[in-house]
Amino acid sequence: MENLIALLVAAPLLGAAVLLCGGRRLDRVGHWLGTLLSAASFVIGLALFTDMLGKGAEERSLHQHLFSWIPVEGFKADVAFQLDQLSMTFVLLISGVGTLIHLYSIGYMEHDERRRRFFGYLNLFLAAMLLLVLADNYLLLYVGWEGVGLASYLLIGFWQHKPSAATAAKKAFLVNRVGDMGLSIAIMLMFTTFGTFAFGPVLEATGETSEGKLTAIGLMLLLAACGKSAQVPLQSWLGDAMEGPTPVSALIHAATMVTAGVYLIVRSGAIFNGAPDAQLAVTVVGAVTLLFGAIVGCAKDDIKKALAGSTMSQIGYMILAAGLGPIGYVFAIMHLVTHGFFKAGLFLGAGSVMHGMNDEVDMRKYGGLRKYMPVTFVTFGLGYLAIIGFPGLSGFFSKDKIIEAAFAKGGTEGWILGSVALLGAAITAYYMTRVMLLTFFGEKRWQPDAQGELPHPHESPKSMTIPMILLAVGSVFAGGFFSIGDRFMHWLEPVTHHDHGDSPLSAATVTGATMVVLVIGVSLAWVQYGRRPVPVVAPRGSLLTRAARRDLLQDDFNHVVLVRGGEHLTRSLVYVDHTLVDGVVNGTAASVGGLSGRLRKLQNGYARSYAVSMFGGAAVLIVATLLMRAV
Amino acid sequence: MNPVNYLYLAALLFTIGATGVLIRRNVIVVFMCIELMLNACNLAFVAFSRLHGNLDGQIIAFFTMVVAAAEVVVGLAIIVSLFRSRHSASVDDASLMKL
Amino acid sequence: MSFPLLTATAALPAVGAIATAAVPAARRTAAKWLALLFSLATLALAITVLIRFDPDGDRYQLTESHAWIADFGVRYELGVDGIAVSLIALTALLLPFIILAGWHDADPLETKSSRWRPTQGFFALILAVEAMVIISFQATDVFLFYIFFEAMLIPMYFLIGGFGDRAHAGSDEKASAQRSYAAVKFLLYNLVGGLIMLAAVIGLYVVAGNFSIQEIAEARANGSLDMATNTERLLFLGFFFAFAVKAPLWPLHTWLPNAMGESTAPVAVLITAVVDKVGTFAMLRFCLQLFPEASKWATPVILVLALISIIYGALLAVGQRDIKRLVAYASISHFGFIVLGIFAMTSQGQSGATLYMVNHGLSTAALMLVAGFLISRRGSRLIADYGGVQKVAPVLAGTFLIGGLATLSLPGLAPFVSEFLVLVGAFARYPVVGIIATLGIVLAALYTLVLYQRTMTGPVKPEVSTMPDLRVRELVVVAPLIALLISLGVYPKPLTDLVNPAVEHTMSDVQKKDPKPEVEAAK
Repeated sequence: MENLIALLVAAPLLGAAVLLCGGRRLDRVGHWLGTLLSAASFVIGLALFTDMLGKGAEERSLHQHLFSWIPVEGFKADVAFQLDQLSMTFVLLISGVGTLIHLYSIGYMEHDERRRRFFGYLNLFLAAMLLLVLADNYLLLYVGWEGVGLASYLLIGFWQHKPSAATAAKKAFLVNRVGDMGLSIAIMLMFTTFGTFAFGPVLEATGETSEGKLTAIGLMLLLAACGKSAQVPLQSWLGDAMEGPTPVSALIHAATMVTAGVYLIVRSGAIFNGAPDAQLAVTVVGAVTLLFGAIVGCAKDDIKKALAGSTMSQIGYMILAAGLGPIGYVFAIMHLVTHGFFKAGLFLGAGSVMHGMNDEVDMRKYGGLRKYMPVTFVTFGLGYLAIIGFPGLSGFFSKDKIIEAAFAKGGTEGWILGSVALLGAAITAYYMTRVMLLTFFGEKRWQPDAQGELPHPHESPKSMTIPMILLAVGSVFAGGFFSIGDRFMHWLEPVTHHDHGDSPLSAATVTGATMVVLVIGVSLAWVQYGRRPVPVVAPRGSLLTRAARRDLLQDDFNHVVLVRGGEHLTRSLVYVDHTLVDGVVNGTAASVGGLSGRLRKLQNGYARSYAVSMFGGAAVLIVATLLMRAV
Repeated sequence: MNPVNYLYLAALLFTIGATGVLIRRNVIVVFMCIELMLNACNLAFVAFSRLHGNLDGQIIAFFTMVVAAAEVVVGLAIIVSLFRSRHSASVDDASLMKL
Repeated sequence: MSFPLLTATAALPAVGAIATAAVPAARRTAAKWLALLFSLATLALAITVLIRFDPDGDRYQLTESHAWIADFGVRYELGVDGIAVSLIALTALLLPFIILAGWHDADPLETKSSRWRPTQGFFALILAVEAMVIISFQATDVFLFYIFFEAMLIPMYFLIGGFGDRAHAGSDEKASAQRSYAAVKFLLYNLVGGLIMLAAVIGLYVVAGNFSIQEIAEARANGSLDMATNTERLLFLGFFFAFAVKAPLWPLHTWLPNAMGESTAPVAVLITAVVDKVGTFAMLRFCLQLFPEASKWATPVILVLALISIIYGALLAVGQRDIKRLVAYASISHFGFIVLGIFAMTSQGQSGATLYMVNHGLSTAALMLVAGFLISRRGSRLIADYGGVQKVAPVLAGTFLIGGLATLSLPGLAPFVSEFLVLVGAFARYPVVGIIATLGIVLAALYTLVLYQRTMTGPVKPEVSTMPDLRVRELVVVAPLIALLISLGVYPKPLTDLVNPAVEHTMSDVQKKDPKPEVEAAK
């Protein structure tokens, strides 16, 4: 069976190669080819999954060694795959949701002349993402890590003729590179500490080194995770990334790629378990981002950017859970999976709305769409209920567990983290209700588009609605399915080693509190956006609202300090290079030239002055000879 | 007579020639001064030959005379063509061979 | 006596140069084909060398040795190790692409007969450079190496000064003035370096009595040749200075942007991908092998210079407005990485540095040649003159992007392997240096993506709108380079197998051992 693992990556990779090199001939079938290969990956994943279920819990981990990648003295990097329960979960999520989104894109990108290329990039993304979760060492993971970054770059900037898209793509790649720096330093640290960077040996040997080393590695891994998963302080790229086509936002910037940071931290659990300081840093980053994203999400009028804020916040939950250690790993991954379903569904719903509304993204110009787009409304609504944690739906199970685990951390930290998570739940309920009300309820606030035409909202074609329905099913039932009998926990147990911790609050209390904040959040939003008519032009708003609209001024900070500062630095360096470094060289040349100019004057053309110097020289020589002889 | 006196004479003639080369502008006179220096050298050679009692100095004197004759030929030719083109016999007028 | 394969490899392009130059003026196309043919034949010979070379055999193989100037102990001595073999292969491989890419660069202009370009000369000079570079890689006699190291400057001077870029902002006179400035600067810089090296070469002869590196290194190793500490350091500095100019290392780099900016794109590739490699190669072969103690003594300073090159080159690349100068500064940053890897004195660092030389050759060639195609279409080197090319010429933009991604060392492409090895190698011995160098990867992303964004994306500029996509000849140049970049990125094992034994030899020359990992050391 293990020989199939490479095929998981190879199928979409083949698709990417064929579609990108194939040229125009493939324009007609390209999208089907891409979808087919993505589906092939999913089917192989399913086959491996059923095979895995048939084995005992401890024998489920498969290993495939393909070839030795960089063999250098003392340095061993292999192309080898490892498929355990954690990777399996990701494989199914990535290839499953990926296939659905391929299907959706067939309809969504129908009128784009570069659709073939779009599918090529999507396949490239799938291959890189699968490589990321299947790698058996950190260096190969790094390849996938940057590969998804590249795919994300290409897809965010897919509509390259828009300068905003090109800028957003570049920004995403650059911010991610800062995180990548963390990952490469972490790998180098592992190499000098353990002499290897394969998961097995590193994670087994964590006990043999100092806590300081582990903390350093942990913090570097956290930096990497911050970049990829859009956590504070490297979150600024995610909002701009919404410039990409909506299926991209759904697949890469909601369901899969942005959760790679969570995967990295859970995968490196043994390192973090030995480094409490690093763990604390992880929880703090998670908690801060969870509030940050939620606040930003409340203020955005662009439906995709509101959802992006929400993604940031939900990943904050996952990072928080991952930082809690063995009590949280399982829930981080569980929330990741359920979030994959409902957030992808929500994004596809948003795409469907935009499709029907002439690509309008401002929610203040929507309103009353539930009658016109019933399927979208229902699927979006189910996603909405799932994300706010409505009892019985996916989000309820996974988020509740994270809040519980945060309290179970114990001590003051536990109380603070738990309360932050609760507060986040309230804000989530608020902003998601706001999105729902602005889009589907209230009166029509439709505005004519650039050509002066009022939009004619209509339901999207089947290829778009079917994926939405399937994802909605997932967002309704996944959480319950995972939680009954702690199924998911037992499944992941061999990899993450679950620990219950002791919560100062009973499970029922936490659930009760969650319900209370949920109701508060929803009602607040209803008071603000449900009861009163919504102005088409956003009111100026309070200081906080305005700051939140500008992503809490983080971009402004980046612009002033990094962009401007960098521009000044490079400009002055160019000047220095020209005047100082090159100046010394040119100065030397000029002074040699000047000196020879002076010397040239001696050559005046008068035969008699030459004769004088000749006689003088002869006299000097004679005197010198005589003197030498005398000595 | 003491041969050293010949050497004194040679030194005197050489100095007169050198001074002439340095201070006179007329190219013919400069040329004659050069000849004077050459002959001073010849005189010194012959004197040394006498002093040391061998013929080396005399042989070199012959060589010098041959070279001097050749030099006179080339030198006069240059002077004549210079005079033709510049209508002047001043050394300082021929100062174009410079950068 | 066996067939002198190494001599043949170096002599063939030299013969080609003469043959190409001898083609009558009117038969311009014939000259081009002849040059291409000779470069391909050289490639075939280089591949034969590659096959005949046994990585696990002796240190120097395929050796040839003849007395030459017996009075001074100068011998015609050739021999290759794994590092030299891979660089010879790189040179021989790049040359046909350089010739193909420059196919029309030396055509006479139809409009002005006054600017007639001697086509034959252009290709003959390129082949002459190839011959000299190859023999520099092969020479195991210091004097022989020195001669070709210097002689290389002459054809390069004419290539830079005589065949400038047609895309020039200013007038013809201004262009030719800038071109000669660049050429003279190149020549003087390298001559100064070369003269200092000459002094050191003579000094070495005085101390050692002969020029053969094998003999000298052996004598040094078994203690029969004892150098005073100061003598060794002075000689080392003399050699290193010349190589640092050629490499080029900060602050001796300023000739490179001028030379690359003013010359045509294929010549720029010849400079940075081929000729400059002799500098870094010579650091490995001469500095470390002949003066191991002095190399260790100078390491801290050289590492700092390498770090400055990495960061400074990258920052300056960000600030450039001219595409070719941008690539030149990026190359300075990359040469910083190579020097860092060599002087980190770890197996990973040195293997990485050697791979880096090869990979940098490939990636710069890909990026620069595509940039050259772009420039030849629009007739301008300024980044600001482009925009939206992606829309009109997607294949050109795509290959440009891949070249750029290789330059920023994206995993999966060849440069990543070498860059990561260099970083790991540096980090293992000097963690702070490793971390600072890692900043380079962020900056590399910055200048590459800014370049791509400004030229390729955004609204289509009117001057760009009629730009044709890549032609067949251009695709033939770029596609194999990209294929190599990808395959060496995925499977670099053939190259590392070639290089590893040579690196082990160098490591034993300098008597350094890799630092042990902490966990293993504790056991």
